Amino acid sequence: MFKRIFPHPLLSLLLVIVWTMLVNKFTVGNLVLGVIIGFALPIMTAAYWPGRPEIKRPIKIVGYILIVLWDIVVANVQVALIILLKRHKNIHSHWIVVPLELTSPEAITVLAGTITMTPGTVTALLSADAGSLLVHCLHTDDPESVIEEIKSRYESRLKEIFA
Amino acid sequence: MIQDIIISVFIVLGGVFGLVGSFGLVKLQDAMQRLHAPTKATTLGLGGVLIGSMIYFALVDGHFSFHELLITLFLFITAPITAHFMAQTYLRMHRDEADLPPSGRPVGWSIYQDPPDFSADD
Repeated sequence: MFKRIFPHPLLSLLLVIVWTMLVNKFTVGNLVLGVIIGFALPIMTAAYWPGRPEIKRPIKIVGYILIVLWDIVVANVQVALIILLKRHKNIHSHWIVVPLELTSPEAITVLAGTITMTPGTVTALLSADAGSLLVHCLHTDDPESVIEEIKSRYESRLKEIFA
Repeated sequence: MIQDIIISVFIVLGGVFGLVGSFGLVKLQDAMQRLHAPTKATTLGLGGVLIGSMIYFALVDGHFSFHELLITLFLFITAPITAHFMAQTYLRMHRDEADLPPSGRPVGWSIYQDPPDFSADD
């Protein structure tokens, strides 16, 4: 019954929050309208979500977001220092290949996005069977440790969120 | 007075990071390296300005503004996708699969190869 009315509870919650933030004024009327949108949109779009990802531990998302935000700040400073202080020939760029243990498309998308937003790495390609990511690293002398960090810092946490 | 200083610090910090990101576009030589500058330094550049704006509305205008958080949310969703598309286009136009490291999988990278036929397994 609950699943029929709210096919996607997290999406409903997100829509209510985003709607309240969009109108930028917290009133009961806006909240009611937000709830109506959060109720109607998932039902209308449920047909376009076949094989929706199962999120096992929504609470862990908060911790993940905080870690990524902190890493983005660090990444910005690191990249800025590389751009400002290093001569071009001293910047050692590498291609690195990250083997994936994640299987759900949504989890891989989040991981690829996280890699792009954090320290000196950009996701370039996915292998044809979605088993590994090609990542471009702006400056590193030890590509193995970058792979290790991506796997331990982000992928292991995503594995807990998307079971 | 103090709130003016705090707001100014965030806006100037944002401006500095935006400038460094743009400078990176000029300085870095390789197209893949240049891709790093706008996806990183500019994120904090915009972030600084948005935090300054939020503090302004909270302290000076006296009400809390959520629009900055939404801009951050939408930026974080779109920036990696833009970078990903630019990287794919660049690799497709200017590089060969032979230039890239092997994927470590039985099949190669997705823009050069079709996905394997999964229907055979069913």
